[in-house]
Amino acid sequence: MVRLITHNLLACHVKGCTSNNFPLALKDIQIELREAEFNPEFITNILPRLEWHALADAARQVGDTSLPPEQPEMMDDDLLRNLHHVLLEIHIVEGAMTCPNCKHIYPILNGIPNMLLAEHEIG
Amino acid sequence: MSRPELQAPPEIYYGDTEAKKYTTNTRNQQIQADMTYRALELLNMPQSQPAFLLDIGCGSGLSGEILDEEGYTWAGVDIAPSMLQVALEREVDGDLFLQDIGQGFGFRPGSFDGAISISVLQWLLNAETSHPTSSPPHRLNRFFTTLYSALRNPSRAIFQFYPSSDDQIQLITSIAQRAGFGGGVVVDYPNSKKAKKVFLCLFVGSGGGQQLPKGLEGEEDDHVRFERRREMEKKRDRSGKRKPLKDKVWILKKKELYRQRGKEGVPRDSKYTGRRRKPNF
Repeated sequence: MVRLITHNLLACHVKGCTSNNFPLALKDIQIELREAEFNPEFITNILPRLEWHALADAARQVGDTSLPPEQPEMMDDDLLRNLHHVLLEIHIVEGAMTCPNCKHIYPILNGIPNMLLAEHEIG
Repeated sequence: MSRPELQAPPEIYYGDTEAKKYTTNTRNQQIQADMTYRALELLNMPQSQPAFLLDIGCGSGLSGEILDEEGYTWAGVDIAPSMLQVALEREVDGDLFLQDIGQGFGFRPGSFDGAISISVLQWLLNAETSHPTSSPPHRLNRFFTTLYSALRNPSRAIFQFYPSSDDQIQLITSIAQRAGFGGGVVVDYPNSKKAKKVFLCLFVGSGGGQQLPKGLEGEEDDHVRFERRREMEKKRDRSGKRKPLKDKVWILKKKELYRQRGKEGVPRDSKYTGRRRKPNF
């Protein structure tokens, strides 16, 4: 299962695709919700690495509107819990991720994205 | 028996049957677990700090389960679909990707707090096709440069692997250095044939500590002690009555193990089990 935290850290690695290769556009997504233990330290730790707009967009696309579109200045407990839910409890089971630049499609089957490249796409 | 990486590419070698065998083999489970714990030790993560790790060549999740237990959030990549299928069945918590590490990673800079890899790197040393991107140096380079960028600074990447020669170690370390990594090779139990394990410890930046960790030495080790004891027993066994190689105790234990594993058709135990038979039998 791909969680939104990993999707937020994933760009396209096709040869020559180095700009506008993030975030990967989600299509035909089916999700599954799975509870995960809330660890506020982990969330605060990972916050600086996240791309907020991409995260809020992805969350909205799969039906979760708990995150504000702009990254708030202060993170209170409620916000941390919402962030935890969006990052770690939403699992993408089926669908596809498309690179906005080179249009390469990474299909997701059974929760596992296929990141294999064709010979001419290897950097 | 030749090494696995010389028999077939990993996605073919680890087909459905081999994936199941590999994962359910208790001896293998033990070895993989030991190496994972050792790799985490070498990774030197600050105590009890929640981290996001990358498991390179996560396979059927033997190492991933330990990452789960230790409280890490992780993502794993592997090229063998059958192994990933077993990992799904074992319900590991990490995100799994079907990926060829020789093609490089797509993760954004500084995504991971660290990386481990158990028994994987030797698979990168064979060329599957004659395309230039298939040559081991090209793949190793793509792998290490993209990994370097995907890791935070400072952090470490620990690789347990099975080099077949010093040349292989040399090739891997030189390409890793060119990619920007510091660190080096740590060898545990260098004098024991069975217990010897090679760990490539790569540092990004200072790697959270300048010193390369020391390899474990042989003296107090159970493995080495067992080897010495076995050699001594072999010398003693030369004289006297020939003791049956698989005596009754061994047979009973083995049958119990089969029953536990759920094997069908295990014969009942009786007074005839493992009884000495006349030579004419």
